[in-house]
Amino acid sequence: MVTFRFHQYQVVGRALPTDSDEHPKIYRMKLWATNEVRAKSKFWYFLRKLKKVKKSNGQVLAINEIFEKNPTKIKNYGIWLRYQSRTGYHNMYKEYRDTTLNGAVEQMYTEMASRHRVRFPCIQIIKTATIPTKLCKRDNTKQFHNSKIKFPLMVKKVRPPTRKLKTTYKASRPNLFM
Amino acid sequence: NSSILIPSPPLSSISNTITHKQTPKMPFKRYVEIGRVALVNYGKDYGKLVVIVDVVDQNRALVDAPDMVRGQMNFKRLTLTDITIDIPRVPKKKTLIEAMEKADVKNKWESSSWGRKLIVQKRRASLNDFDRFKLMLAKIKRSGVIKQELAKLKKENAS
Repeated sequence: MVTFRFHQYQVVGRALPTDSDEHPKIYRMKLWATNEVRAKSKFWYFLRKLKKVKKSNGQVLAINEIFEKNPTKIKNYGIWLRYQSRTGYHNMYKEYRDTTLNGAVEQMYTEMASRHRVRFPCIQIIKTATIPTKLCKRDNTKQFHNSKIKFPLMVKKVRPPTRKLKTTYKASRPNLFM
Repeated sequence: NSSILIPSPPLSSISNTITHKQTPKMPFKRYVEIGRVALVNYGKDYGKLVVIVDVVDQNRALVDAPDMVRGQMNFKRLTLTDITIDIPRVPKKKTLIEAMEKADVKNKWESSSWGRKLIVQKRRASLNDFDRFKLMLAKIKRSGVIKQELAKLKKENAS
């Protein structure tokens, strides 16, 4: 449908077996990246911070993309993140309404970039969850929890149906009233 | 950061007293609501009639039509029509089709002036050269008849 910039991957990896440790513990991580190569790289980045293992003495056992189970159902997503601002690290909780988790994550990255000037490398997603309607915290998402929602569109955006028909000058002023 | 969603009309002057029961008069006739039929005016599904089935957020709606997979669409791609149908929030495809039949969306659309204009536009765009020739002859014939009548009326007026 819509092409997502961010894909969700499940990466499973472990340290390489050595003489002292025949069966090292296997770790699994779910993360977001634009492609599989970056996902593996990000996996090692996080694992390095948590365990004493690097890409050079470890192996990725599996990497699978996780797809949305119900892409036609609107859900409220809560995203807990840790980001680095110019002055230090902060935690944040953000809510988004979207049909897919990838879409919500994309919204989150673009919002963080616009509102806080934080780019992709400086954001770590701690946790994501679909929030049931009752537990949503932000007014911005709660205002859409109305089964009889009704609002008018303010401005009618007049634009040609294809970019080919775009012209610099128009014969008459467009009427913007819906 | 709660954005202003429902618009309120401008505050009345002090002399007007608005009671709680009175709904202020808004200049908008077409609302985004569940069951509103809209025309897609941009993109891959250009020209299709779709039904707004739910609202995702300020800019997007969940949109459905009998011949497409239910998906989200930006309001910028939709032009609202006057037609609404009676559906619950996010209905099954079958319920949607039944409701569309009941509200007779297709006929209402094709008999509305907007719908008729679009049909004529499509027909004109799909003419081949022979059709255009026939059209030219028909136009000449029609204008000939009109001019004859006009000449008659002129003569009557002059005399």
